[in-house]
Amino acid sequence: MFFRGWIAALLAGAPLLAQVDFSGEWAPLYHEDGPERLPGPELGDYTELPINANARLRADSWDADRISVVQEYQCRPHGSDYSMRGLGNLRVWREIDPATQKLVALHTHMLAWDSERVIWMDGRPHPPDYAHHTWQGFSTGVWEGNMLTITTTHLKENYIRRNGVPRSDQAIVTEHWVRHGDYLTVTTVIDDPVNLTEPLVRSDNWFLDPGQHIGVFGCEYAAELPRPEGTVPHHLPGTNPYLQEFGKWYGLPFEATRGGAETLYPEYRSKIAPYNPPAKCERYCTCTTLFNCQLR
Amino acid sequence: MRAALLAVALLGRLGAQPAAELHVLPVQGNVYLLTGAGGNITVQAGRDGVLLVDTGLAARAEDVMAAIRTVSKGPLRYIVNTHVHADHTGGNETLVKLGANPDDPGPPRIIAHLAVQERMAEPNSDVKGNLWPNDTYSTPFKDFFFNNEAVVVTHIPNAHTDGDSIVFFRRSDVLATGDLFMPDRYPFIDLNHGGNVQGLIAGLNKILEITVPAKYQEGGTFVIPGHGRLCEEADVVEYRDMVTIIRDRVQDLIRKGMSLDQVQAAKPSFDYDKQYAGDPNAFVEAIYKSLKK
Repeated sequence: MFFRGWIAALLAGAPLLAQVDFSGEWAPLYHEDGPERLPGPELGDYTELPINANARLRADSWDADRISVVQEYQCRPHGSDYSMRGLGNLRVWREIDPATQKLVALHTHMLAWDSERVIWMDGRPHPPDYAHHTWQGFSTGVWEGNMLTITTTHLKENYIRRNGVPRSDQAIVTEHWVRHGDYLTVTTVIDDPVNLTEPLVRSDNWFLDPGQHIGVFGCEYAAELPRPEGTVPHHLPGTNPYLQEFGKWYGLPFEATRGGAETLYPEYRSKIAPYNPPAKCERYCTCTTLFNCQLR
Repeated sequence: MRAALLAVALLGRLGAQPAAELHVLPVQGNVYLLTGAGGNITVQAGRDGVLLVDTGLAARAEDVMAAIRTVSKGPLRYIVNTHVHADHTGGNETLVKLGANPDDPGPPRIIAHLAVQERMAEPNSDVKGNLWPNDTYSTPFKDFFFNNEAVVVTHIPNAHTDGDSIVFFRRSDVLATGDLFMPDRYPFIDLNHGGNVQGLIAGLNKILEITVPAKYQEGGTFVIPGHGRLCEEADVVEYRDMVTIIRDRVQDLIRKGMSLDQVQAAKPSFDYDKQYAGDPNAFVEAIYKSLKK
């Protein structure tokens, strides 16, 4: 009888469906979409984004002055979907119920804006629609074999790309976390009925870096430019002078820079003018880490 | 709203009519959000009794009182009406009857800007039957102390209507805005009751002046909108930006000499039309007429 109880206790302690431990310090790799993620995207670059016409006009109207003129934007963090692509030094730790030794939640901390997030693993439901939204949203996770699948709702409005392409507060974000030894891959799928015509799928990678120290981000908003109260910088439709620059710099036809689901697929190339890349790379040619990413 | 959610679902009592469920959500401090009765209702409860900001639709008043009683058994002592519309004032009479303490020397005070009472008193008023405010103010603001905190009622002139008030609970750090702010829909600028887009934007900027976020634009002051979910400053910023940008576009089209039909055909709200519920043409018309005044 005692032996049977001992076996049962061992089995109860075994990971459920081969759970993977993501705990640790993870340093981001920027080999994917480096220029967009490190110096930040060029104005008017909507490539690879399945946006609709509404989102395109919204992005065309966006004026980067808003970040400095509107104080409330100065310390505004990335949403949890975009923070995976930004200053993404990541710490993950587990919350275990001491009574049952079951996994209650995963916690994450990211360098950018000291963002902290909880991924509930205990089967709790998402909050009702009248509950408030946060930058990190409300996340729940389930195991699919060795893969952790996370669903996030209740996100505050933010951006899909930080050049003004919006992501709405109605979006639902699904992540798939996979660990390959000392590497972590997170595939993010954004369903946004307001701004996207099909899901946006992106991936990001980290390597395990036990010696990583994440410092304090720190941010204090202040009036940087004297403007009348309530000023909201934006470009009136048809007046944004910067939208053509990106295509010219990279030799892309203007229409190919405008995003939309059609432009995501290989056959789109046959519908546009021939691609004439610059003779040599002239912008952000060295970006592999945060520290060597120079314009020229 | 970091506290655990307490959702109290009360089935409607409207017979065959399906009614929205009522829910009570603790916000912070003494303040709760009550949803499902028409406009949002803010409940502040404590040792002194109960204060309500708005009272919902008349037909839901009994359910509203039952929901309030899950939070407090104390007497109803104050109602603040943020504006005149029936989905915010309809429950005044029934809630006063059901919630008042018979031992109190007088009935609960119903506070509102003077313009609310004047609108109710108009011969053709569509809210004529609602119990009128009995404690009006015509100054920029009115404040008092209740349940161990200052309550500041501020008039926002000519915004959603001409009698709008916002209500700030200073210790709880919660602001109730009425229909100046509704995060999921375009503003309704009630031109017939003195509303104007310029006043609405001024009101949204006033809200941003009062709210103070905690770390990194989150938490701090909570904002209870007239309709829709519980919010914070960052949500008001998005809304203020949307109204300001569309106002600027309409203003630009007016400067170019366009008629209302031409302005509507230019779709100045197009990029927001999938995000916010409501009729974009009606919103643009209200902006156009506001700016033409």
